[in-house]
Amino acid sequence: MAGPAIFLIGLFVVVPFLFAIGLSFTDQRLVTPNPTQFVGASNYNQLLGLNLLPLEPERDAAGQIVRDEAGAAKYPAVRSFTRKNPDYPQYDGMREWFSVGVGDTQWVVLARDVVFMTALVNTFIFVLVVAPLQGGLALGLALLINQKLRGINVFRAIYFMPVVVSIVVVSLLWRFIYDGNSGLLNNLLKSLTFGAFPSVEWLGQPETALGAIIVMSVWQAVGFHMVIWLSGLQTISPTLYEAASIEGASKWQVFRYVTWPGLRNTAVLVLVVITMQAFGLFSQIDVMTKGGPLDSTQTIVFQAVQRGYGKQDISGGSTISVILFVLVLSISLIQRWLTREKR
Amino acid sequence: MSAQVSSNASTSRAPDNHGLRLAVRYLVLVLIAIIFIFPLIFMIMSSLKPDGQLLSDTRSLAAFLPVGDISFDNYVDAFKRAPVLLFVTNSVIVTGVTVVLSLVVCSIAGFAFVFIDWRGRELMLTLLLATLIVPFETIAIPLLLIASKLPWIGAEGLTFGWLNSYQVQIVPFVVDGLTVYLFIQYFKDLPGELIEAARVEGATWWQVYRRIVMPLAGPVVATAAILKFLAMYNQYLWPLMVVQEETYRPVMVGLQYFFQLNRAWGEIMAYLSLITVPVLAFYLVLQRAFIASIASTGVKG
Repeated sequence: MAGPAIFLIGLFVVVPFLFAIGLSFTDQRLVTPNPTQFVGASNYNQLLGLNLLPLEPERDAAGQIVRDEAGAAKYPAVRSFTRKNPDYPQYDGMREWFSVGVGDTQWVVLARDVVFMTALVNTFIFVLVVAPLQGGLALGLALLINQKLRGINVFRAIYFMPVVVSIVVVSLLWRFIYDGNSGLLNNLLKSLTFGAFPSVEWLGQPETALGAIIVMSVWQAVGFHMVIWLSGLQTISPTLYEAASIEGASKWQVFRYVTWPGLRNTAVLVLVVITMQAFGLFSQIDVMTKGGPLDSTQTIVFQAVQRGYGKQDISGGSTISVILFVLVLSISLIQRWLTREKR
Repeated sequence: MSAQVSSNASTSRAPDNHGLRLAVRYLVLVLIAIIFIFPLIFMIMSSLKPDGQLLSDTRSLAAFLPVGDISFDNYVDAFKRAPVLLFVTNSVIVTGVTVVLSLVVCSIAGFAFVFIDWRGRELMLTLLLATLIVPFETIAIPLLLIASKLPWIGAEGLTFGWLNSYQVQIVPFVVDGLTVYLFIQYFKDLPGELIEAARVEGATWWQVYRRIVMPLAGPVVATAAILKFLAMYNQYLWPLMVVQEETYRPVMVGLQYFFQLNRAWGEIMAYLSLITVPVLAFYLVLQRAFIASIASTGVKG
């Protein structure tokens, strides 16, 4: 009787998952007349390839470092190493990701795919900010909603409301809120500061775009985790609270020694779920910024879709999928290990 | 004696203090509520205003009020700009069919996992739970390749490739680990004696499922239906990749239309309201069930 379910989940989850791994070692495209070929780890190398290039400052005939008027040393162009330089085949085709100066030497980190590296970093920032922020705010809201007050259910219903609205709708709506000219946020800040606040194009600047998306994402999803925290709170026995109040415990002590230990399993669940969702960051990006400005909102899934669907490069997209899965899996294992029951 | 007096004084002041604290509590609750609700109110109000007024209203609280030139013109224009009705129909078909099929197939699977002994059950259960940690985003790209090759028997006979169809939006989402898991958890708590008694009296598994188990499964059916409904109606990434033809396009992907030529914010807001307000209304009516369904994914997890 479980046959149909097993068949469907096999065909649409297990098989694609195995395909992702298999295809990541090929040059499969969505539509192609050529036979698919095994290409080894070259897809991974194309995405993750990194190299270190130590740049020595240029020296004149006497061996002195050439400096400009400001005293800054002059370095040879990175390009001269990465563009068909027969002496440095290992750097060929790579681009500068970032560089660090140590003494006179400039250490340049080269990447095969700088955009993908940026996407990795952005996704990590997103996850590292959203997980504690959203989890913490959701817990705060849950504690607030867990009070016995008349009409509290109305507030619970309102806080949860954005969860049932599609993230696509929310993203469009917030594009308007973040707009540089007639955006609600700018107008609000202006009226709060009596016009002193300069208009900001929140999604149009590399410094603010990812932050703006983080705030919106938390706004949309925090109610979801509030409800999960709430159900955790309601599993804590009231007798524990009674005992604490008889002992004269302060509010903080009650939270620290009764509430928090009782929420342990919930905490693990909330953290794992938020992390998994955050790694999948795509819709907000696609609707609001398309990865821009200047790749400041590129993410792993956005890259996967751009390749796998946009460029019909199934193997490249699959490779990114596998990288994503390995990341999600290892992070959840680390979280589980860090939050394990200490005996 | 003096201690007695002071304690009396403090109790007489207590209600005052209590009233103030209560007011502060409500103030905090209301302020937070405003943060969650204001973009949605703005959306609905803006959908009723002409573009010029919509933009100028953002400078004041008028943005959240139905003031000025209020009409349904934006809705009319939105219908002219894009085949809105078609998109809504598509979404309703895809969501409705998936929810119904999912409830049937997943509940049967949950039943088989809990009540019937069969070879490989433990292994399949492990596999099923393992799929819970595979985010859809990680299988979307290979799934695109598979979907582009699958056979289908329809009105035109045997065809290959599911792109641009209803089935490509429905069939891959009929079964998911979470829904089966919800049924398993629920069925485990049902009294086993009931099922044993029926079996002893010669009922088939099919009869047990239909006559005994499913009539008791109301709460979990509601939970599974709500979760599936939200996931399907709000889907974006997958239909974006597999549906290029208008004929099968769902509402979320249909939004693209409003960003092509000139950007008419009023019409965008009208479209957003049109596809969101029914869901919000549905949510407000079944609020408890919605929240309970999210909560139930947490308690046992």
